[in-house]
Amino acid sequence: MSKPEITNPIMKWVDDRLPVFTFMNHELHEYPTPKNLNYWWNFGSLAGIILVMMIVTGIVLAMHYTPHVNYAFESVERIMRDVNYGWLIRYVHMNGASAFFIVVYIHIFRGLYYGSYKAPRELLWMLGVVILLCMMATAFLGYVLPWGQMSFWGATVITNLFSAIPLVGEPIVTWLWGGFSVDNPTLNRFFSLHYLLPFVIVGVVVLHVVALHTHGSNNPVGIDTKGDDDQIPFHPYYTVKDLFGLGVFFVVFFWFVFYAPNYLGHPDNYVPADPLQTPPHIVPEWYFLPFYAILRSITFDIWFLEAKLLGVIAMFASIAVLFILPWLDRSPVRSARYRPLYRQFFWILIIDCIILGIVGANSPDDPVFSGAAWFQYIHLGIISTAYYFFHFLILLPLLSIFETPKPLPASINEPVLGGGGSSARPAGKPMEKA
Amino acid sequence: MRKGLIGILSAAVLAISGAAYAAGGSVEAPAQNWSFKGLFGTFDRGALQRGFQVYDEVCAACHSLRLVAYRNLMGIGLTEDQVKKIAASKTVMDGPNDEGEMFERPGKPSDRFVKPFPNQQAARAANNGAFPPDLSLMVKARVGGADYLYAVMTGYKDAPKGTEVPEGMSYNQYFPGHLIAMAAPLAEDGVEYADKTKATVDQMARDVTTFLAWTAEPELEDRKRIGIKVLLFLIILTGMLYAVKRKIWADLH
Amino acid sequence: MASSAENTAAGHGEDGETRRDFLMLATGAFGAFGVGAAVWPLIDQMNPAADTLALSTIEVNLEPIQEGQRVAVKWRGVPVFITKRTPGQIKEARDADNADDLIDPERDADRVKKPEWLIVIGVCTHLGCIPLGSKQGDKKGEYKGWFCPCHGSHYDTSGRIRKGPAPKNLPVPEYTFLSDNLVKIG
Repeated sequence: MSKPEITNPIMKWVDDRLPVFTFMNHELHEYPTPKNLNYWWNFGSLAGIILVMMIVTGIVLAMHYTPHVNYAFESVERIMRDVNYGWLIRYVHMNGASAFFIVVYIHIFRGLYYGSYKAPRELLWMLGVVILLCMMATAFLGYVLPWGQMSFWGATVITNLFSAIPLVGEPIVTWLWGGFSVDNPTLNRFFSLHYLLPFVIVGVVVLHVVALHTHGSNNPVGIDTKGDDDQIPFHPYYTVKDLFGLGVFFVVFFWFVFYAPNYLGHPDNYVPADPLQTPPHIVPEWYFLPFYAILRSITFDIWFLEAKLLGVIAMFASIAVLFILPWLDRSPVRSARYRPLYRQFFWILIIDCIILGIVGANSPDDPVFSGAAWFQYIHLGIISTAYYFFHFLILLPLLSIFETPKPLPASINEPVLGGGGSSARPAGKPMEKA
Repeated sequence: MRKGLIGILSAAVLAISGAAYAAGGSVEAPAQNWSFKGLFGTFDRGALQRGFQVYDEVCAACHSLRLVAYRNLMGIGLTEDQVKKIAASKTVMDGPNDEGEMFERPGKPSDRFVKPFPNQQAARAANNGAFPPDLSLMVKARVGGADYLYAVMTGYKDAPKGTEVPEGMSYNQYFPGHLIAMAAPLAEDGVEYADKTKATVDQMARDVTTFLAWTAEPELEDRKRIGIKVLLFLIILTGMLYAVKRKIWADLH
Repeated sequence: MASSAENTAAGHGEDGETRRDFLMLATGAFGAFGVGAAVWPLIDQMNPAADTLALSTIEVNLEPIQEGQRVAVKWRGVPVFITKRTPGQIKEARDADNADDLIDPERDADRVKKPEWLIVIGVCTHLGCIPLGSKQGDKKGEYKGWFCPCHGSHYDTSGRIRKGPAPKNLPVPEYTFLSDNLVKIG
């Protein structure tokens, strides 16, 4: 495609010296994209937009927030009551965090289903896991800032975990706290880091998109696009589709903001932090519940490794397995559409993650079913945690070897209906509703 | 697949959020009708003003309302003059003056509500060691919100046979653990309402709960009003974007 | 790549184009309105908040102020000088209405609502120091009003600059008498 001429003289002057316009045109306008992407491909750009929304609302909130233990809670209430539209900006930021995670989780599961982590996109996938880690850190730090009961006790529980590290654990925790418990030095530095990390995320997102553009997007069929017939320019096709998806997302998101702004939160965080009173149930925000379940699921020591330390290791391992996923799953077939066994286990994995979330929300010794007191959430948690690691570490490598995939179509232009793949059908009706 | 996944995810979100609060041992407060619930909810001004009267005459003896300023009372339908009078009827600590001393003066609308006790220790000393919490956010700070507050205030009952109630505690049907350090605060005709409404316990409980729902969420009416406009706008815009999307993609189908 | 896709994307002909263009224009306009509405709260939040606005007016009880006495009150973060002038001071101020050394000529009657009550913002119009003269024993300068020690500006009994580097008279804030003894400033 020849470089389109820039007619505007000012734009041309700038572009000759710093090719922003040529760059934007290439990456966002003519950029060739598979023509068969479905709506699960909206979630990447959606996540990017939410990131911008969080940064903008966050910077504005920081104009009114005071990161001191005596003023933090009140400064947030001042935002809610006195600052013009403060309640709106705060609720957007608060619910935006939940929105960010649900969108990113769906984005990740899309990747798992369609094999977007496979060669040549391994680094793209790993950068994504880095983004997820940074998001989790940012969210944890941010939740501490309002200095409610959950803020304080969640911070206490999670920072205390590091004491499980042998030898250097205690000094590390003291160093994190800046004292001998979560207190003002902790809050102040958490604010600084919470402001910093989103910009680190922006940097990693840039790398993520560069990696994406190197080989282009994956697609639902999972085979490489070959030439012009398989691809369409990003603008206007996917710009308008992304905008439409954004509209749908906003309807759901703003429903929460205006009509159920505290539904996903915990009432205890509207009680100012009290270091002398622990709430009866310390629960993290919903997006951390599966990891919380994994953390609590290891209740036994192994040799010299304490249960507490093993729980921490298991929690980090649950993300570490995502890093090495491209090497665990070596099936040459990307898309789950053509991997009937893998597809079943994908759904079981989703159910497992949901179960882990439910386990994380409940007290470990509560019975799962009111009739059977012997089967408690801790037991369910151990089973689901074990299954999670089984899926990645044992199942996927085995499937790579033993699964017989369905035959792949010759190109993405061939009609593909629903979930099955059949070869050699004459090109006719288009593949699917877009 | 798409619909199934959306169904699973919605169920999951609801299950997880609901499950987080399924702590054992507490009785769920029955749902009440509140004027401020729902898409078009607003605060009943009469209830707000009666509720303020209940707070002022009954609760303020022990419970602070430190996040509310007297000027905010214009939000419950009082005029600027009424608000000035209410503020001036309270005594506020100010200072130091030019002699370096703290002094008392009548309240101004810009002042926050006066606290009944200067600090937590004084509050505990006056209440058998129990601390009457600040009420500004109570409706948001408890599972069950307004329904729960109403249930607790009307839930004082005689303890069932066999349950021992220690000295200084009272039995309450809805308070977690059933033993509450606050004696029943509301009694029939405990307040003489300015608008002459009969002050039953039920009426006062409803009114003061409405008032506290307002102190917790003074932006509620604005929020719901703007919300309707925003959602309507977004639904229309999304519809238009869908049409544009179909038009642009038409040639590819 | 693009040619076939672009041609098909260009529409099905005149009628299709105009219809499609109108839809896109309408959607674009609608969307732009939405963006504007969304941006407004982000800008408005920097405007003074409700608690700041609540402190933007003060009411001062004038009863305790004796004739000849000066008082300084804090308003919007700056001092406001309130003086109950003696008849002699009022006359002095009015006599100087046409003086040659008025750097910023202004009639005394234009600077007060009630002649005995002079209310001015106590910030020197040169570089912002607080002039002396409101407390007992303060230097009042050559014109018996206020004297700014930073660079030597002298103000008279109407708060007008008479000598020194300040360019303007002490500003008069917005105020209203709610009663004979109560003034609302701001």
